[in-house]
Amino acid sequence: MRALHAEWTKVRTSPGTVWLLLALGLVIVAVGAIAAAGVGCAAPGCPVDTARISLTGVQVGQAVVAILAVLAMGGEYSNGLIRTTLTALPRRWDVLVAKAAVVVVLVAVTGAVAVPATAAVGRFILTDRGMLRLGEDSLPRAMLGSVLYLLLIAVLSLGVAAATRDSATAIGVVLGLLYVLPIVAQAVDDPEWQERLLRLAPMSAGLSIQATTDLDSLPIGPWPGLGVLAAWAMAAIAIGGGVLLRRDA
Amino acid sequence: MSGLVRTVRAEWTKFRTVRGWMIGLLAAAGLTVGLGLLPGLQGSCGKQGPGSECRAPVGPDGVEVTDSFSFVNRPLTGDGSLTARVTSLTGRIPTTPDPSLPDGPMTTRAGLAPWAKAGLIIKATTRPGSAYAAVMATGDRGTRMQHNYLYDVAGSPGSVATTGPRWLRLTRAGDTITAAESRDGLQWTEVGAITLPDLPDTVYAGLFVTSPQHAEAISGTLGVSGAAGGPTEATATFDRVTVSGGGPNAPWASTVIGESGSRSAAEAIESNAEGFRVTGSGDIAPAVAGAAGAGTTVTQTLVGTFGGLIVVVALGVVFITTEYRRGLFRTTLSANPRRGQVLAAKSIVIGGASFVAGVVGAAVVVVLGQQLLKANGVYVLPATIGTQLRLIVGTGALLAVAAVLAVGLGVLVRRSAAAVMIAVVFIVFPYLLAMSVLPAGAGGWLLRVAPAAAFAVQQSTPAYPQVANLYTPASGYFPLAPWAGFAVLCGWATLALVVAALVVRRRDA
Repeated sequence: MRALHAEWTKVRTSPGTVWLLLALGLVIVAVGAIAAAGVGCAAPGCPVDTARISLTGVQVGQAVVAILAVLAMGGEYSNGLIRTTLTALPRRWDVLVAKAAVVVVLVAVTGAVAVPATAAVGRFILTDRGMLRLGEDSLPRAMLGSVLYLLLIAVLSLGVAAATRDSATAIGVVLGLLYVLPIVAQAVDDPEWQERLLRLAPMSAGLSIQATTDLDSLPIGPWPGLGVLAAWAMAAIAIGGGVLLRRDA
Repeated sequence: MSGLVRTVRAEWTKFRTVRGWMIGLLAAAGLTVGLGLLPGLQGSCGKQGPGSECRAPVGPDGVEVTDSFSFVNRPLTGDGSLTARVTSLTGRIPTTPDPSLPDGPMTTRAGLAPWAKAGLIIKATTRPGSAYAAVMATGDRGTRMQHNYLYDVAGSPGSVATTGPRWLRLTRAGDTITAAESRDGLQWTEVGAITLPDLPDTVYAGLFVTSPQHAEAISGTLGVSGAAGGPTEATATFDRVTVSGGGPNAPWASTVIGESGSRSAAEAIESNAEGFRVTGSGDIAPAVAGAAGAGTTVTQTLVGTFGGLIVVVALGVVFITTEYRRGLFRTTLSANPRRGQVLAAKSIVIGGASFVAGVVGAAVVVVLGQQLLKANGVYVLPATIGTQLRLIVGTGALLAVAAVLAVGLGVLVRRSAAAVMIAVVFIVFPYLLAMSVLPAGAGGWLLRVAPAAAFAVQQSTPAYPQVANLYTPASGYFPLAPWAGFAVLCGWATLALVVAALVVRRRDA
């Protein structure tokens, strides 16, 4: 509990936090609106996945979440605060859990505001443009899933930061994991390998939670996909925790 | 000048003595190679024994081409001309698949590919890839004169279906071949005149029909757009077929050139009292990759550049932010108070190091990658030596300029993690967005103005306006010309560096 209180104080009083959270919310809504305004009709009847288009902002927002989580851990390494923290709270695992809890709560609160907002804005724009609205039934699942997705990204980033102990390296690793694998998958010609990559990559698997139409054609179902991301996040936090427990700070 | 050299040397010493940074540089080259060898891992070329090798015919200009069509032909010796009227042109194209249904057998519907071609052709031999000149009515691109696969001249617009039957004429006089068209067979308009040197005295002349591969984007899963398509077919009826000159009269023969659909020559070509009814499938055009083409481009093997890019961007940022964090910048600036020069030296060092990493990584991918893919039975569209050099040097330059952009952002933001994130999102995310959710128009626009435009420098095979295809970045086609796209990134890097130089002069370190 003391660990939690300490971490909360750190995050609350660090001047960047508020700006990052504001940026997170803004980016989610703005990119969602731009995507909704820019999306085109691919097939007759415009069967666009309204939910998925409106929630595009999560793809950029996750970078902000990654920063927030990486700085919570990596920032302490860059200014040496980590030694003070671990002197005050020698139970290192508690420190990591407390950091995760604080970051997760902040992201959850911001996501809970921004995700419904972008869904509403996107829906308004798409309806205005006469795009067919499909899969409205699964919209709540897509919205809840998007928030959960951001939380898991936060945990993943925190784990990577604890493992690499350097903010810049950590953010590079996280963004590489998230953005590069889907791009590689796009360039792969072999459909079987492409699907395999899309099932395993944290971003493409995790974002299947946003799909509300054509669920059969997804490389992986919505909840199993989020499960893949959860596995990545758990692996990262386990490795990060291991490094934190064993190494000198 | 010696001041700059000394500063560069100092900065290089800083860079090379940090072990993590040198490892990062190795990782950049390693990621470019490792991720680059993933695309198109397995293929079937050459795996089914002799004869199954994927080998496209090579046209007169040394470019790989598609050359398959149904051909009603006779020999034509010396000068002569061929006239015919195309009275109808219809076809069948694949139905758009419904993504909500499971994959079934491919079905077709009535429809004509825009680049379905029916007309007259003079061809050196019946071997695919030989020199030719042709005049044709098309599905939706008006009358055209094309020759030797790469060259295309537009005649009058309109299709046979909308503007009625069309008369076509092809005349050979020595090396010159002239194409003409007419609505009524009386008033003729010249479409074009070209010279085909090295044409033998006796050539094959006749009527041809072909219809290219169809490709359309389908809204895919998770913003990853897929492509659907398949072969199309066109059927044309010709009448009033006359030949003047061209040596002794010869009977018409039916030939299917290349792998034109599944029809035999007897099925594809019917002759009747008025003329001919010809069905064809294929194309007479340069070979392309992508949805309507075949094979992997060298560009696709360079996808690992994204991995290398993230690493050098992180290095570029950290190279400057570490100075702020450790207070080293005060020492650096005391040693050399010319702050602009310090920034220039840092850019030169990180740019040079990234360039070397990029060139090494790309050289391995371009040289070894192609061999590996070919050994795996993947058909790789060939690129000229000049193009391959451009890919290698361009990839190095791309990483170098991206690292310099990162140095600029590092000065402006001063916090490592935030600067790395901004740089990565700024460079990589527009590319991802253009490939996934955005429609082709908006995506193409984004790839003209965003820093990701620089990936155009990796385009290995040209896009041809006369070949219908989905020219997407994923299959190696970019909206800007190679060095023009690279210039866009240079513009962004210059902007970042100039602003950074102004800021670093005014701000306390």
